[in-house]
Amino acid sequence: MSNASPDRDGGARERLQRWLPKLVLSPSCVLILFFVYGFIAWTSYISFSDSGMMPDYTWVGLHQWSRLWTSWTWGIALHNIWVFGLLYIVSCIVLGLVLAILLDQRIRAEGVLRTIYLYPMALSFIVTGTAWQWFLNPGLGLEKTMHDLGWQSFSFNWLIDSNMAIYTVVIAAVWQATGFVMAMFLAGLRGIDGEMIKAAQIDGAPAWKIYARIIIPQLRPVFMSAIVVLAHLAIKSFDLIVAMTGGGPGNATAVPATFMYSYAFSRNEMGIAAASAVFMLAVIAALIIPYLYSELREPRS
Amino acid sequence: MHSNHNRTLVNRLGFALLPFALALSTNTMAADTSTDNQVEVLNWWTSGGEAKALGALKDSLADQDIGWKNMPVAGGAGTNAMAVLRSRITSGNPPTAAQVLGYDAQDWAERDALSSLDDVAKAGKWDEVFPQPLQEFAKYEGHWIGAPFEIHSTNWVWANKSLMDKLGIEQPKTWDDFIASLKKAKDAGYTGLAYGGQPWQDTTVFENVVLATGGADFYRQALINLDPKALDSDTMTQSFDHLRELLKYKDDNSPGRDWNLATAMVINGKALYQIMGDWAKGEFLNANLEPGKDFMCFRTPGTQDAVTFNSDLMIMFDTDDSEQQKMQQTMAKIIGSPEFQITFSQFKGSVPARMDLSADKLDVCAQRGYEQVKSAAKNHTLMGSLAHGYAAPASVKNAVFDIISSFVNSDMPSDVAAEQLAMAVKSATS
Repeated sequence: MSNASPDRDGGARERLQRWLPKLVLSPSCVLILFFVYGFIAWTSYISFSDSGMMPDYTWVGLHQWSRLWTSWTWGIALHNIWVFGLLYIVSCIVLGLVLAILLDQRIRAEGVLRTIYLYPMALSFIVTGTAWQWFLNPGLGLEKTMHDLGWQSFSFNWLIDSNMAIYTVVIAAVWQATGFVMAMFLAGLRGIDGEMIKAAQIDGAPAWKIYARIIIPQLRPVFMSAIVVLAHLAIKSFDLIVAMTGGGPGNATAVPATFMYSYAFSRNEMGIAAASAVFMLAVIAALIIPYLYSELREPRS
Repeated sequence: MHSNHNRTLVNRLGFALLPFALALSTNTMAADTSTDNQVEVLNWWTSGGEAKALGALKDSLADQDIGWKNMPVAGGAGTNAMAVLRSRITSGNPPTAAQVLGYDAQDWAERDALSSLDDVAKAGKWDEVFPQPLQEFAKYEGHWIGAPFEIHSTNWVWANKSLMDKLGIEQPKTWDDFIASLKKAKDAGYTGLAYGGQPWQDTTVFENVVLATGGADFYRQALINLDPKALDSDTMTQSFDHLRELLKYKDDNSPGRDWNLATAMVINGKALYQIMGDWAKGEFLNANLEPGKDFMCFRTPGTQDAVTFNSDLMIMFDTDDSEQQKMQQTMAKIIGSPEFQITFSQFKGSVPARMDLSADKLDVCAQRGYEQVKSAAKNHTLMGSLAHGYAAPASVKNAVFDIISSFVNSDMPSDVAAEQLAMAVKSATS
């Protein structure tokens, strides 16, 4: 009996070792299952229900979805997110790449410059939005300063022009994220094998050709990561717009996230809000899942 | 040794779970203490005059030995407060009472969430003293569910008196006079209309214009009964024309401006008029200006015979606790009492919701306003304000906001706007 006991103990220990990681991880798994996937399922169900001010589980089929797609504001919101997302991603990548290449020329005070460009990322979107709102407000900021300095004909009123307001949001968002994209590209540039560039230089290739043919193609993974990060930031954009324009003038800068908030909390239309939320999730999933799939698969091949 | 090891692991896991257990137990404890001889009141009255007005209720309750647990949720004109209220009720832990507007009270009554105030109402003769249009919101299926605090009206013009004198402007009586005086101010280099470009403010001005253009019957038909024929009619097109004309006299920098900043433009003599509800008066009084002498208040020209109103209601949530029930009844009784109605309106800038009081203690603007509300109530021209949720449910109200704000911020033609308005209302009610 006394001989058997260490064996049994050893068996128990082995079992425990096998089960312990699962045991430790299971609370967080359960929490995530419930609070993330559970609520995704719940929101999806709500989008097919008759919910107004409070959840109401009466099934109404595609009624809320058809109301969403015939809604005028939703059309504006989709148009805006398309304009905003495209300009935001393209501008951030172009500016970030140019800045990274310039910083990569072994210049003096690189550390200081890099920090300066990265700092906007440390601010919250609310601060960025409020500061840019003051800066671009014709009665307070840039335009007034120019008038005070004597340049009376100067005019920059995009913030209060319903056709142009969305572009002011792009400016603020690009200002904030460019430094971050620059840092990503800088890291990518530093990772490129110097031998290849030297070889090209010996062959007498001009600098722009080296960048276009050798360096930039090698940055492909950085481009992918930058696009995915920026795209999901664009779709989630909410606080910047709330702080800067409040979705206005009128509904001119409404985006799906502000649409969803407004329908859920001030319009008592929880069903439509849920439908728009599910749609946003679907778009983000369509972007992220292929990316994650390719990222997670690569190391094995 | 091994089994010891195992036990410590179990202990550790136990410790890891302990916070959850603690959180659960403290929650139930918090729920117990909150019912202890005090009322918990959800509201969004946090600014100067509002907070003082609420303080009057707190003091009256203290006289009856009832404690006060304030639950202010600022911001979003009540949107944030309503979100908090929903989560509290969904989790089965409603506050004692909440300050709500118009349709919200009906929505909660429909869900059987409210205590009946019939006994207090009967004893206080509420059926007789509160005006009928307000009762439609404070009663549900014939039962009183809300105690009205006050009546605010939204068809007011606030004017800078010294600017009027300087430009030789008399108080305008008709819409044309009104536009003419705005033109005078603009020609002299002032901003005619101090304007805040936010959806609810756009719609506040719009409902004034509709009332001035089409009269009380048209207002009721279009914005309260939501008759599609009235919404997409020549009169509505004409209303949009009038709004477009009015917008010529605002400054270019108005989009997004808060209402009190627009009021400040009138106070500082930069602008002549502002069209705004009577809460704007508080801003003038805070600047130590005197009604009738430093600033003028008059009904929007063309709307003198009617009043568009909104009102705050206190609703009480259904509870099994008899102590709480008693305190709810006491609170409702205080809110409906003549003394409280006067005191509250003095602080809040409104007029009493009861129609049987004397207005001697109120200022000149409120005295005049109170008389007008009384006569409008008698002549059936006291009507709910659309911009403030007393004409149509939130979904319709916001659908109208969309159209009006787009009209204000673009060059949409008037007939298109009327057509869009009818369509938006139809889709919001479907």
